[in-house]
Amino acid sequence: MSKPLKQIHLAAHFPGVNNTTVWSDPQAGSHIEFSSFAHFARTAERARFDFLFLAEGLRLREQGGKIYDLDVVGRPDTFTVLAALAAVTEHLGLTGTINSTFNEPYEVARQFASLDHLSAGRAAWNVVTSWDAFTGENFRRGGFLPQQERYSRAREFLQTAGELFDSWQGDEILADQPGGTFLRDAKAGAFVHSGQHFDIEGQFNVPRSPQGRPVIFQAGDSDEGREFAASTADAIFSRHATLTEGQAFYTDVKNRLAKYGRHPDQLKILPAASFVLGDTDADAEELAHEVRRQQVSGATAIKHLEFVWNRDLSAYDPDGPLPDIDPDPGEHTIARGRAQVRMYRDPLATAREWRERAAANKWSIRDLVIETGNRQNFVGSAATVAAAINDLVQADAADGFILVPHITPGGLDTFADTVVPLLQERGVYRTEYEGTTFRDHLRLTHPDKAAGERAAS
Amino acid sequence: MSLSPSPLHLAVALDGAGWHPAAWREPVARPGELFTARYWADLVAEAERGLLDFVTIEDGLGLQSSHPVEPDGCTDQVRGRLDAVLIAARVAPLTRHIGIVPTVVATHTEPFHLSKAIATLDYVSTGRAGLRVQISARQNEAAHFGRRTLPHIDPLNDPHAWESVAVLFDEAADYVEVVRRLWDSWEDDAEIRDTATGRFIDRDKLHYVDFESPHFSVKGPSITPRPPQGQPVVTALAHETVPYRLVARAADVGYVTPHDGAQARAIVGEIRAEQSAAGRAGELLHVFGDVVVFLDDTEAAARARRDRLDALAGYEYTSDARIFAGTPVQLADLVEEWVAAGLSGFRLRPAVVGHDLPAITRKLVPELQRRGVFRTVYEADTLRGLLGLPRPANRYTTTTTPAFASVSAGSAAAGA
Repeated sequence: MSKPLKQIHLAAHFPGVNNTTVWSDPQAGSHIEFSSFAHFARTAERARFDFLFLAEGLRLREQGGKIYDLDVVGRPDTFTVLAALAAVTEHLGLTGTINSTFNEPYEVARQFASLDHLSAGRAAWNVVTSWDAFTGENFRRGGFLPQQERYSRAREFLQTAGELFDSWQGDEILADQPGGTFLRDAKAGAFVHSGQHFDIEGQFNVPRSPQGRPVIFQAGDSDEGREFAASTADAIFSRHATLTEGQAFYTDVKNRLAKYGRHPDQLKILPAASFVLGDTDADAEELAHEVRRQQVSGATAIKHLEFVWNRDLSAYDPDGPLPDIDPDPGEHTIARGRAQVRMYRDPLATAREWRERAAANKWSIRDLVIETGNRQNFVGSAATVAAAINDLVQADAADGFILVPHITPGGLDTFADTVVPLLQERGVYRTEYEGTTFRDHLRLTHPDKAAGERAAS
Repeated sequence: MSLSPSPLHLAVALDGAGWHPAAWREPVARPGELFTARYWADLVAEAERGLLDFVTIEDGLGLQSSHPVEPDGCTDQVRGRLDAVLIAARVAPLTRHIGIVPTVVATHTEPFHLSKAIATLDYVSTGRAGLRVQISARQNEAAHFGRRTLPHIDPLNDPHAWESVAVLFDEAADYVEVVRRLWDSWEDDAEIRDTATGRFIDRDKLHYVDFESPHFSVKGPSITPRPPQGQPVVTALAHETVPYRLVARAADVGYVTPHDGAQARAIVGEIRAEQSAAGRAGELLHVFGDVVVFLDDTEAAARARRDRLDALAGYEYTSDARIFAGTPVQLADLVEEWVAAGLSGFRLRPAVVGHDLPAITRKLVPELQRRGVFRTVYEADTLRGLLGLPRPANRYTTTTTPAFASVSAGSAAAGA
């Protein structure tokens, strides 16, 4: 008998501060006004998406000592937007990226538990780590954390938050008006945590929320990051949206679960993916090419090269050949506050490879940047894109995708209207929400139920 | 027609089922719903029906306690609460006119996070956000964070308790200063979307705030652009000279707790003196009286209700603020008397939210309208507009933009 069809999970990533966003398009709206977020969320809910995703940044990025001005700059506060979106949606999961370095467990646990109450069980937390002094300059803490300790702190942060979420069992609020007992137990919410990073005690003051704990996302790709996710996360926000890389990542991470006593279904793998839709495949290809040119101007191409070269390259012609000087191998000082910089772990090798590829293909700097990055994951007619998404999910390259449109806020509309119905026809995508909480959408066990089953076995 | 803001301002302080510890036991209370969005949405909608200027939402970083500095272990009163900023954001899209002012604790939180949260609340509410800044001197709350230890303070027996917490108020003043600088760290027209040069922003219109103090330092700029009101409304509760100074230095609205007209006059005088000393003599700074209210059609009914709740609680309820038990007409008299003493508004604390909030919106407000001292329609779409507070000029703007620098009170402020 053939394997049953997997159900696809889809999510909507609000286009943020990077050059996938095409702000120069006449249809591009505000990335700050609430009306943009409301439109985006309502479209995602209309398409029965699992959730909406917000990224984070805690310091404006700089290049060459100046605030970066070529991409969208600025974003609203994550918790505040998600709580407001809970008022204009009913089912959509609400996932916020919240840093474990420049926050405290008590406060973050309160915020997520509050969001879960206020959304009736739709809160999720993408736990990210940071350590740099650059971001730290905006916080009381400063840049205090050695890089090698970031996962250690993140792990303990998440563990501590979990202890706070679990400090209420869920049956403490009696609210017995005639009898006069509000709280069953004066010690509700009591906790003590003593560890390497946190030494706290007291009583948590938010009662247990509908999901018990928010859904936990993790995004790290290193060996340590994958292990962290396998041990603690409900879902992974990855960047491997192709067949070969996706399958390798999927297999690797799912195989890590057993040692933590977990089943492969308990961790969903959801790569970020961009897309371009057209009436025909040829239309879509043409549009995709145009979008890439909008995303990478000559100035953007030079700045992008500086992420690798760690040098001021403003004197170079973006339509000319790549620099023949080598990257500065020292501490990266030219671009600050960018995750991309860390992707090029060996800048000298990257530069060598890029020069060879550019020479072989007669690419200019701008051509090189366009060809090596920002290629849309799904390009084609609605039928082509629906088939591609389904093929990747059925081939275990992913459990679904977190879609990143290039236009704010209407970039999902066509996808919702054309691709989603095709996936529904194939029987691989829900036509109605089956439950009310985000855990229901991801088919994750409620943590209380899981704990109960463990205790019973 | 141009409307001038109401001469009298009314806010209501929302906290659980109400301010009386037995409020949750009244049949109109919904104690099982205190942790739902619908409960809060209903309360704020009721306040908006009464054309109130704003609601405040109480908060704290520990369980509520009847003891001033320690947990009390009570199980017969409401315990537990949701984050006030998140409640505010959750109800904001469901309302159109009323200001929404959550409480934030300066002692244990990050001004950078808070600044963007309130700026975002201002976007979400299209210009109706404020904050109420509070300190925490509780040792048990400090232990929830584990980053600082606070001395034990006994406000009941230590005549110098206020001096002991003065450092926390100084820190709160710095906190507000950082928050306001971060709101200003983007000029209003920083986003240019200049396709000719490929620049999304004019980075010369973004500013590092470079704040340094003994308490903390913050670089900036904010990650969130300047909010619709420029600076949302900053408020604080104050009972003594030290916190009066915080109000005078840092706030747009101060809440005070006189027990009669003479005290109201004295407190306003003290705050005005501190305001001059802080160099803000020319600025509009509202002083609101906080009053706990039991409102019924007869004074006897209000007093009987208070007695009944005291009996349920097992002790006589006392408060920092005056406790008023009487009719809406009597409360309107008190309002007029205290306005004559120099107050510009009131923050009423409903003893039982389910009873006294509708009594405020449906009985007190019509009475004040009959007397011609309270608005009959919302005169502005922003909280600053309602309060007659100008939209602040941006301290970092180098080229003057008159349209923003001197927006008059009222509807003009809504255009931001």
